[in-house]
Amino acid sequence: MLYFQTWKVILILAACALGVIFSAPNLFSADRLASWPDFIPKRQVSLGLDLRGGSHLLLEVDMASVERERLNGLVDEIRGALLDAKTGYTGLAVEGDHVSFSLRDAGDLNALHDAILKLDPDLQVNLTSGGVSTAKFLDAAVLARRRSAVDQSIEIVRRRIDETGTKEPTIQREGDDRILVQLPGVENPEHVKELLGRTAKMTFQLVDTDASAEDARAGRLPPGDELLPTADNRPGTPQFYVVKRRVMVSGDTLTDAQPTFQNGNEPVVSFTFDSVGARRFADATTSNVGKPFAIVLDNKVISAPVIREAILGGRGVISGNFTVQSANDLALLLRAGALPAPLVVLEERTVGPDLGADSIRAGTTACLVGVALVVVFMIVFYGLFGIFADIALFFNLCLMLASLSFLGATLTLPGIAGIALTMGMAVDANVLIYERIREELRGGRSMISSLQAGFERAFGTILDSHVTTLVAGILMFFLGSGPVKGFAVTLSIGVLTSLFSAILVTRLQIVTWLRRSKPKEIPI
Amino acid sequence: MFRPLIIIRRIPNIDFMGLHKIGFALSALLTIGSIVLFLVQGLNYGIDFSGGIIIEARTTQGPADLAAMRAKLDGLGIGQVSLQGFGSADDVLIRVPRQPGDDKAQEKAVETVKAALGDGIDYRRTEVVGPTVGHELVFKGVMATIAALFAIAVYVWFRFEWQFGVGAMLSTLHDTITTIGLFSLLQIEFNLTTLAAILTIAGYSINDTVVIYDRVRETMRKYKTLEFKQLINKSLNETLSRTILTVSTTALAVLSLFFFGGEVLKGFSIAMLWGIVIGTYSSLFIAAPLLYYVRPKGKADRKPVLAAPGAPQSPPMPAGPGSAAPPAGRSPGAP
Repeated sequence: MLYFQTWKVILILAACALGVIFSAPNLFSADRLASWPDFIPKRQVSLGLDLRGGSHLLLEVDMASVERERLNGLVDEIRGALLDAKTGYTGLAVEGDHVSFSLRDAGDLNALHDAILKLDPDLQVNLTSGGVSTAKFLDAAVLARRRSAVDQSIEIVRRRIDETGTKEPTIQREGDDRILVQLPGVENPEHVKELLGRTAKMTFQLVDTDASAEDARAGRLPPGDELLPTADNRPGTPQFYVVKRRVMVSGDTLTDAQPTFQNGNEPVVSFTFDSVGARRFADATTSNVGKPFAIVLDNKVISAPVIREAILGGRGVISGNFTVQSANDLALLLRAGALPAPLVVLEERTVGPDLGADSIRAGTTACLVGVALVVVFMIVFYGLFGIFADIALFFNLCLMLASLSFLGATLTLPGIAGIALTMGMAVDANVLIYERIREELRGGRSMISSLQAGFERAFGTILDSHVTTLVAGILMFFLGSGPVKGFAVTLSIGVLTSLFSAILVTRLQIVTWLRRSKPKEIPI
Repeated sequence: MFRPLIIIRRIPNIDFMGLHKIGFALSALLTIGSIVLFLVQGLNYGIDFSGGIIIEARTTQGPADLAAMRAKLDGLGIGQVSLQGFGSADDVLIRVPRQPGDDKAQEKAVETVKAALGDGIDYRRTEVVGPTVGHELVFKGVMATIAALFAIAVYVWFRFEWQFGVGAMLSTLHDTITTIGLFSLLQIEFNLTTLAAILTIAGYSINDTVVIYDRVRETMRKYKTLEFKQLINKSLNETLSRTILTVSTTALAVLSLFFFGGEVLKGFSIAMLWGIVIGTYSSLFIAAPLLYYVRPKGKADRKPVLAAPGAPQSPPMPAGPGSAAPPAGRSPGAP
């Protein structure tokens, strides 16, 4: 017990040395570190947004609206299928998560069933001749769609944010349908929010010149058309357009979009199609020369120019009352692609950089004062053994910082509180051991056997008490969120490192001291 | 080397069991009082839980004039705006209730506040939290606490006997409830950070209890014939020195957080301070005396207790009934 094999000594010392080496970079500024040679570890603890300043946005992928839209589309498709089959129906409408309708005459139900299923293989169709028939999307299909929509959204969000030039953004999935965006150093997230708040679904659709917007607004909308408001609300321009539902070309075939100027100083966005888009665009423009087509973004008409000649090169220009900023934004959105569903901001937290700096200062001060107090306390109450405990505490602190740096864990203000608290609790293991030694001495045991018994008997207690704290820490990590998680990380790491330092590092020191100075009695 | 300061030179002989009924009564009172406070007065939920807007501002020219700022923010049509000093004289915390409507409405309210306050103010922090997130956080928080209590009880049950598990869970529950009571009484903001504090208190309290239970178990094995009340007293007295020292070091760390850690950690530090006090109290006056009522058997020939992976297992003891067993040693399995 009071003897260490050489390899164990080496391991313990190596662990301590690694702790010091890997925690050291945290003492220096990033600039200083950059000038060091590469073989020196440079990884620092990454600071949470509450410490470094920045914006945190929690977004939700609004699938409900997409599903609603999809059901509305299904209503149109079923109407078409019923018309094709010449089957009479009443009450065709969306109801909750399905489309319901009543068939007027019982024709060939099987054929009709197949016809509807042909619209979308993911449908679950239930037809009855007398009562209410329903059609809904399979749950598994809805779920798969939702999952892929969130994945796709994350990708698009990442692209859009990268385009804004934000440094080191974090974009990750949170729960089922949420996206957590962290933007260090961003003090005003309004612009980012604006960019993320648009789905940016662009389509080119023909304007139906035979229908008037007034008629359509009064409810006389020709079949196959839709009424769209205009994005350009300057006086003198039409407020609504009646456009064909059929999409000539959609924005997902764009390969590039850039802001530029037209006629000297009018900001516009130029775009380039891929080969598929270029062909479609060429076909559509060739057969519709002289007619206006609408450039539609998120169900609003940006502009509706007249096709003067067939556009064969796959390139074009969108004009439409842009400012330099809005042309830039539109180009960015088109480059990054459309979101599969709108995003809703659930939570927004922004911390200024000087508050972050203040928090770091306050947290560090609190930690240092706490450690200093504990160090003095241990020396006062345990003398030389207190110094041993303090040295172990120092290595504990190093190991904690090293683990945090190494694991890439994020340190938050509650995390700093976790460090301070762990420092106070870490010496508990030493206290348990030392008190036990005192007790054994009082019980009349010899010096060596008291030391031995102290370590042996205290070990079980220390293990139990550490494991219980660790249980709380791990649960906090998995069930908690935000600050709770940050706190749980440092608490759990602290428990583990203090188990090592308080038991092994302390014991190694005591064993070495025994061998070196051969004391007659223990100063405890 | 100078002699260390020894606060408890001889093992004291305090009759904890004699005081336990007072302890039980006091704790019952505290627990019921906390529940009543929670039901009547409720908690001062921060925006993490209730949703809403919080803005931390610092005046750049001289100390903040709360009255003048309040006057500017009255009648903006964004609900009850509350202002509060926050740390230094320049710092103000502005709370705006959740605005009806979507994200844009929240943004507009923030703009309205900034416009009304005018120049000379540095906005240090802005947080906007929606109500759905708040409800989820409450749910998650409560689940985390319950799960932690349960997991700890199970661990103690495996390591000891079920009676110890029950005692540990009850005393930890007591600590958690009274901490929530303190939050309700003082109307300290209850947010995610303070929730972390409550979970840590549960961890600390159980830690303290486990140390004492460990000693009780050991004493039970050593002194088979000792009367149970005396046995508990002996265990508590023997560990008293450690209890005091550990409370002190932890309290030192938390006190430095309270004084130097800044405003954001104030609520957390208060909760922790209370937790250290109540956690220690409950180990001495609730958890240990509870054993007297549930009477663990402490049989030596019980199957070896389950240990955490890598932990040494207590060897079964070769003691016959009634005989004074040799000191219960743990296997020298420490690495």
